[in-house]
Amino acid sequence: MRRLFPLTLLAALVACRGGDGPSGSDTADAGTRYGLGRPADAQFVARLDTDIDPSGAALPAGRGTAAEGAVLYAAQCAMCHGAEGLGMPPAFPRLLGRDPKAEDFTFASDHKLPKTIGNYWPYATTLFDYIRRAMPLTAPGSLTDDQVYALTAYLLAADGVIPKETTLDAAALAAVKMPYTDRFIWSAEAGSQDRD
Amino acid sequence: MSRRRPTEGGPALSRRALLTGTAGALGGAVLAGLPGVLDGQEAAPARPIVPEDATKLQGAATSPLGERSPFVTASRAPYGETVGSSLTPLQDLTGVVTPSDLHFERHHAGIPALDPERHTLTIHGLVERPLTFSVDDLKRFPQTVRTYFIECSGNGRAAYREPKPEMTAQKVSGMLSTSEWTGVPLATLFREVGAKPEAKWFLAEGGDACLMTRSVPMAKAWDDAMVVWAQNGEPLRPAQGYPIRLLLPGWEGNINVKWLRRLELGAAPWMTRWETAKYTDPRPDHTADMFTFAQQAKSIITSPSHPGRIASPGWHAVHGLAWTGRGRITKVEVSVDGGGRWHEAELLGEVRPKAPVRFQHMWEWRGDAATLLSRATDETGEVQPTRTALIATRGIGTDYHFNQIVGWQVARDGAVTFHGET
Ligand code: HEC
Repeated sequence: MRRLFPLTLLAALVACRGGDGPSGSDTADAGTRYGLGRPADAQFVARLDTDIDPSGAALPAGRGTAAEGAVLYAAQCAMCHGAEGLGMPPAFPRLLGRDPKAEDFTFASDHKLPKTIGNYWPYATTLFDYIRRAMPLTAPGSLTDDQVYALTAYLLAADGVIPKETTLDAAALAAVKMPYTDRFIWSAEAGSQDRD
Repeated sequence: MSRRRPTEGGPALSRRALLTGTAGALGGAVLAGLPGVLDGQEAAPARPIVPEDATKLQGAATSPLGERSPFVTASRAPYGETVGSSLTPLQDLTGVVTPSDLHFERHHAGIPALDPERHTLTIHGLVERPLTFSVDDLKRFPQTVRTYFIECSGNGRAAYREPKPEMTAQKVSGMLSTSEWTGVPLATLFREVGAKPEAKWFLAEGGDACLMTRSVPMAKAWDDAMVVWAQNGEPLRPAQGYPIRLLLPGWEGNINVKWLRRLELGAAPWMTRWETAKYTDPRPDHTADMFTFAQQAKSIITSPSHPGRIASPGWHAVHGLAWTGRGRITKVEVSVDGGGRWHEAELLGEVRPKAPVRFQHMWEWRGDAATLLSRATDETGEVQPTRTALIATRGIGTDYHFNQIVGWQVARDGAVTFHGET
């Protein structure tokens, strides 16, 4: 359309829109970039960006053993989640203690079957990510990366996912295969991406 | 946050108002006629105290903040939880919009106290220009105003697993609330940072003590997602994400991340705790669905409902809410005989996508026992299933997205109790 306009009209239109003149634009197109915000500071982003995806690529340096984790768990977690990880539902969730009746993933037919890390969680990296961002409840963000590795190792070992003598670091955690990953199906709403 | 708790049964005019402002003009004679004021004893949580004839004396003065009539005792319940929820009293509300102070709450680490001048939103990852926005920056973008519901995907779980006669609409469905939201389309922000085509998902992170994180397909950003800062004409309530939250219209409550501080664009979902250990739906074929985002067609009659009572035979407006996260509600039917016959209900006002609509069916009650049910259909053609049908397809142990038909038993004496076993 616009191309058909007489040049003078086009010039008037441009003038009216203000263009990039000193007085700025009077109106914006759908695709306008507004130039708002400031460049994100790389260090600031690095401080916030602690998320760990299943590839484990973002896992930090450090290491911890299940035995070290057991000590930490008793000191910092057991008061809410129980010495055996059975929790105090509904306030404090159960973490451990796989019920043999749940081992065929029959949760839909029996809601009383307890979901635990070993019989439900599809990714081990999630456990590291979550403990580091949210636990212990009363002091989130207070654990060192070594401590998070140790607690992750302890919980995975205690729920029968990895051997009790395991030491976890970035490579070892990324390699942990959870027992029930394959039971999790992406809904159509997740789009057509491949599962990783 | 609520300044007066219903259990305290606040007196009508506050004692202070009575004894200072308005009461000063009343004179001792009038005050003497108000029980419980002069004798120094707080009236039991009974009827509020008001003058016999309000036309004979000056009313209360203007005030900086409004209050509900003392006769209105709507309140959220339960309360006092930091990891937990409070429910909207649906039985006390009409229309579509939920008063902001009655919006349901669901927190995983309490409500953080955030300074809007220090709070920022950073967008990074697969973008051309990682940017950090102040709240004021966000308000300079072109804004949109939309009415949408937010519903926790766990809404209705108790009524699904173990329906009980004494359940109220609040208990059955109170994790549903609706607001008029103001904010900037997420698409505008993603164009500003230059989202790369390889970005297929983004991670949304909140600034609460659990740093709530959820992965969202990019398609939702290009569709109708918003970053909102206002609710019903004023800044967000702290419990709803002040100063900013993510709003993904029609999608389960949890993914509408409150206190939003970071959006990271990436190629695949992050598999956070809230999309793996939680908010996944076990299925009878021994699998679990992940990323079940949209809330499905659903409805509930809010009047009559428990603990209400139908006072007398005659005509009654049976009304309630119907909603779907998959577009618009196209039809609501009401049955007064437990599902034998269905009558198409009137839809009041404009039917908007991903916003509830109030429906109404006029019913002449003759004093017989009756079972009232409602059934919604949405534009995808989905019809609300019975509880029996939902158990058959999803299992009694399914954890989220309960949209079974529910209703109310009316006894011959007018008593109304919950009817969940449909
Ligand atoms: C003060 C009580 C408390 C302490 C101490 C505590 N937790 Fe928790 N934990 C909770 C609560 C409450 C939740 C549930 C949070 C929610 O629902 O969002 C939880 C959730 C979890 C979960 C997720 C469970 C699930 O099913 O999704 C894990 C894993 C966990 N805690 C690990 C730990 C570890 C490890 C520690 C010790 C470092 C710890 N917690 C200390 C209260 C506590």
